[in-house]
Amino acid sequence: MERIPILRMGNFLLVTIQVDMHDKLALTLQDDLTSKIADVGAKGVLIDISSLEIVDSFIGRTLANIASMARVLDAQTVVVGMQPAVAITLVELGMSLPGIRTALNVESGMQYLHETVTSDRDSEEYDGDSD
Amino acid sequence: MTGTVTKTETLPIKDSSDVVFVRQRVRVWATEMKLSLVDQTKLVTAASELGRNTLEHGGGGQLEISEVVNGLRKGIKLTFSDKGPGIPDIKLALTDGYTSRQGMGLGLGGSKRLMNEFEIQSAPGEGTTVTVIRWK
Ligand SMILES: Nc1ncnc2c1ncn2[C@@H]1O[C@H](COP(=O)(O)OP(=O)(O)O)[C@@H](O)[C@H]1O
Ligand SMILES: [Mg+2]
Repeated sequence: MERIPILRMGNFLLVTIQVDMHDKLALTLQDDLTSKIADVGAKGVLIDISSLEIVDSFIGRTLANIASMARVLDAQTVVVGMQPAVAITLVELGMSLPGIRTALNVESGMQYLHETVTSDRDSEEYDGDSD
Repeated sequence: MTGTVTKTETLPIKDSSDVVFVRQRVRVWATEMKLSLVDQTKLVTAASELGRNTLEHGGGGQLEISEVVNGLRKGIKLTFSDKGPGIPDIKLALTDGYTSRQGMGLGLGGSKRLMNEFEIQSAPGEGTTVTVIRWK
């Protein structure tokens, strides 16, 4: 079965979507990512969509689902590289991608994940102290 | 829906890989007509939404892609048709967020916003035809 590869880098999972996904492939990615987050205890997920020429309501919803499932599993998600024409079209379509963090490129997405995960850890320690 | 059709191509929509092919062919037509990148993206996105509707709500059908000319204007016309259950309440179906299944309910309303012309012909039991045009 066709699958989109998921790379692991320490606490983070990285996915680069390079194909025009049919709906079942998008659902497989959603399932694979969710189980992988749980398996490896990932703290961050970065999804690079710079090769995607469109994002329709199905792909938009898949991205939103991934982000909310990741959140339940205590991981942050950032979607990077959305092309300007895609962003313009998404807004007109009516998809606002609620709850999805976006960044311009992989570098700033990684920076965001590092910062959030580090500050999460700090606040956990703080909670621990106050107990 | 005014304009003279100058050439056409017909594609089947029977499964989700046909929807991918629909996106690719519509992209080729849009590029050949030299639509702007944003207009290409709008057309392909609408094609993806409407093609998915033909498949999932209409039980499969087809897309006819055509080049239309109206005076000095050129455009791309997409006609999605199926012989499925039809749409009982078109106004309701066009409402953002309305879905009879578990969709986002943005396909019809969103495509209407993304296109210059938009028309639905449908009746219960008689199938659905959605026609859109994006002018250059
Ligand atoms: N080709 C079709 N045949 C029958 N019903 C349709 C068709 N296209 C759309 N509909 C109806 O219109 C509703 C809204 O469509 P849409 O805006 O694309 O949202 P979604 O596909 O997410 O449900 C669908 O839920 C369905 O009830
Ligand atoms: Mg739809």
